[in-house]
Amino acid sequence: MVTPLSKLPLRSRAKVLRVGGQPGFRRRLMEFGLVPGTTVEVVRVAPLGDPLQLLVRGCRLSIRLAEAAEVTVFAGEERDILSPEPVAPGNDACAGCKL
Amino acid sequence: MSTPAVASRHQPAVASCHDPAPASADSSRSARGASAKRSGLPLIAVVGNPNTGKTTLFNRLTGQRARVGNYPGITVDRRSGRTSLGSRGSTPIDAEVFDVPGCYSLSARSSEEKIAIDAILGWNGNPRPDLALIVVDATQLVRNLYLVLQILELGVRAVVALNLIDEAGDAVPDARALSLLLGVPCIPTSARSGQGVAELEAAVAASLQSPPAAPHVHIRYPHAVVAHADRVADAMPAEWLGDDVAIECAHVGSDQLVSRRRALALWALTSVHDDDELEGIPADLRARVGEVRAAARGRDIDGEIIGARYEFLDAHVPSLFAPARTAILTERIDSVLLHPVWGFATFMVVMFVVFQSLFAWADPAIKLIETAFAALGGWLTAVLPAGVLTDLLVDGVIGGVGNVLVFLPQILLLFLMLGVLEDSGYLARVAYLMDRIMKSVGLHGRAFVPMLSGFSCAIPAIMATRTMESRRDRLLTMMVIPLMTCSARLPVYTLIIAALYPPSKMFGVVPVQGLLMIAMYLFSTATALAAAAVFGRTVLRGPRVPLILELPPYRMPMVRSVLQLMWLRSKMFLTEAGSVILWCTIGLWVLLSFPKLPEPPADAPPAAHAQWEADSLANSFGGRMGKALEPAIAPLGFDWKIGVGIVGAFAAREVFVSTMGVIYGVGDKSDETSVTLRDKMRADVHANGRPVYSPLVGLSLMVFFALACQCMSTLAVVRRETGGWRWPAFLFAYMTVLAWVASFAVYQGGKLAGLG
Repeated sequence: MVTPLSKLPLRSRAKVLRVGGQPGFRRRLMEFGLVPGTTVEVVRVAPLGDPLQLLVRGCRLSIRLAEAAEVTVFAGEERDILSPEPVAPGNDACAGCKL
Repeated sequence: MSTPAVASRHQPAVASCHDPAPASADSSRSARGASAKRSGLPLIAVVGNPNTGKTTLFNRLTGQRARVGNYPGITVDRRSGRTSLGSRGSTPIDAEVFDVPGCYSLSARSSEEKIAIDAILGWNGNPRPDLALIVVDATQLVRNLYLVLQILELGVRAVVALNLIDEAGDAVPDARALSLLLGVPCIPTSARSGQGVAELEAAVAASLQSPPAAPHVHIRYPHAVVAHADRVADAMPAEWLGDDVAIECAHVGSDQLVSRRRALALWALTSVHDDDELEGIPADLRARVGEVRAAARGRDIDGEIIGARYEFLDAHVPSLFAPARTAILTERIDSVLLHPVWGFATFMVVMFVVFQSLFAWADPAIKLIETAFAALGGWLTAVLPAGVLTDLLVDGVIGGVGNVLVFLPQILLLFLMLGVLEDSGYLARVAYLMDRIMKSVGLHGRAFVPMLSGFSCAIPAIMATRTMESRRDRLLTMMVIPLMTCSARLPVYTLIIAALYPPSKMFGVVPVQGLLMIAMYLFSTATALAAAAVFGRTVLRGPRVPLILELPPYRMPMVRSVLQLMWLRSKMFLTEAGSVILWCTIGLWVLLSFPKLPEPPADAPPAAHAQWEADSLANSFGGRMGKALEPAIAPLGFDWKIGVGIVGAFAAREVFVSTMGVIYGVGDKSDETSVTLRDKMRADVHANGRPVYSPLVGLSLMVFFALACQCMSTLAVVRRETGGWRWPAFLFAYMTVLAWVASFAVYQGGKLAGLG
């Protein structure tokens, strides 16, 4: 399932596919380790509904919903995560070795 | 990392790279470098991500000898101190250590972010360090090593402290393997307990005595990125390469030069954008980065560079994702402290303690300082011959020093609280909890605590804005804090409300006086938030900076670090803002004391004496200013006496009360509860018999005091924090105009409504 990070259900994990947004912000976010391929988890939402608390590489990071909407993630089976499109069955072995 | 033979061959490596200073192409640079390195000691930059224990390690190294100053041209703390690097069996090496503000990356889009690379390479007026001591969090190795890679790519001599090793538990990284991978010494340390610090010092000392090694880390950037970097490197200004590489590396080979050029090109590619706020980027370089970026249309250069570095780390750094014990503990605490109900309840309690301590706990100390200085003044008046010099000493100098010291209790307390909140990890949670509200008016979540502190006093509150990273966020917060109802406004409100409003109850239950007081608090808060919203869209408009907040693990604050920061901040206030406040107090004393009228004989009745005091004040420069102001303030319902009070209140708002006491001939010892002063004010009439003070005038006056920047200390501390008079001038101008317009609207509107 390809979805914006802002729509990811709480406490579920996903892999980052694309980081979008304003250049300076996306650069900083990626430098925090949120690069494509990284596992990310939405830990909780602040009591007033914004911002989100993420877990990236063991680090607790907080960004607002508006920016989280620009990060595309893939939630699903581990073997499907290399490509934004659902991976064709024949490619599975290759995807696995790259991981 | 170097064999003893190599070390001895280049034994004076540290000295040799400074000796041939005239060889430097740019003489002004080397002159600056020379002056900054007057001490002649090796210079060590302590650098690392925030929350890695960098400050604790810095304190370990420098002990109590740290000084705090500013980075050139920017008000960001630069702490420095001497250290003696003991290595067993040899003489200790003395060195100068300084602290680079915590950062996650060297890439920069603003002057503040650029401090890191400026400090490490000795750009922009900074002295060039001989070694970077990089502090990393051993429990967050991969993310922390990102910064390490950037620094190593630059070919800077470096030592890595694998800090917080005590928190890593079973997931302790293999320091030896990491040293081999990075090509620099990596020493496991716990700055908190002191474990490993001696080994770290020895490694730093050894590294300082050996020549810099050529960069060891080879990150495989995509070919296209390397081509881009080489094109950008061609436009690199020669002075950016630094004389260190040119001189030191003549014997290392040109590898280092090539790799520094490439590293700087990668820095430029990730930092220079159309909308950055960097200063000092040569136009050629900027144009070249633009060309390269345009040529790579559609490709994500930033992503490729950052991705390649993380790919290197993910491939080579043993995965340490097994959560350390602290991560589990932190998550448990967070599940309570960030809970929709319990989280907010705790938040309220913590904020109440902060607020209450500034308001109530500081009060006895403030009273003590005031009493002590009054007693000292009284004693000097008694023992010294009466005259202008005694008055200058007592009312100007002693009064001025008292005006400065009176802020100390609140500054000490607020920085104690802030230190504990910051070091424990809770301050970041406050920002997280409050961000939704603060964001709606364009403020950062971290602005909450400074704004709240503004209710007690703007001076410590403005100093507390330093917990925010971006200059724009800091300025915005500083510009609205003085609108919060500080405790100095209370005596003024109390006097006006008690003198002009009956102690009656609205609907038989709600006391009018209390209601007015609450209304003034709400009014000031609403105005401050509205002002933030307006400034964020006008004078301080800038690219919207999205929030990225790290929620660090909860940790026990270190008493010594907290106390040291508290003391350094207070010292900075005393020496820098203090001198401005002192001179302003003396200036105001001159305004309100000269020219003098002949004093009545000593045996004259007290009433004659009080009358003389009142006449002197009316005749003084300040009194004349009050009269000259009258046409400007008459539309607000104020007469010249209030004008004099406003001039006097510039020293501090509560001085309004004692100034009014002198004007009404009841003496300067009167306070807001003085019945005589209230009666005199109520009885005062205009020439036409109309009372000077009506409830409407009182309201207009309170609104004026709520909005006007009647506080020279605020202006002094804003000047200190912004590094110039521009922002304090703006602050004074906008608040005065706002106050005048609002009071005008209240008074004239009230008159039209028939309330006058």
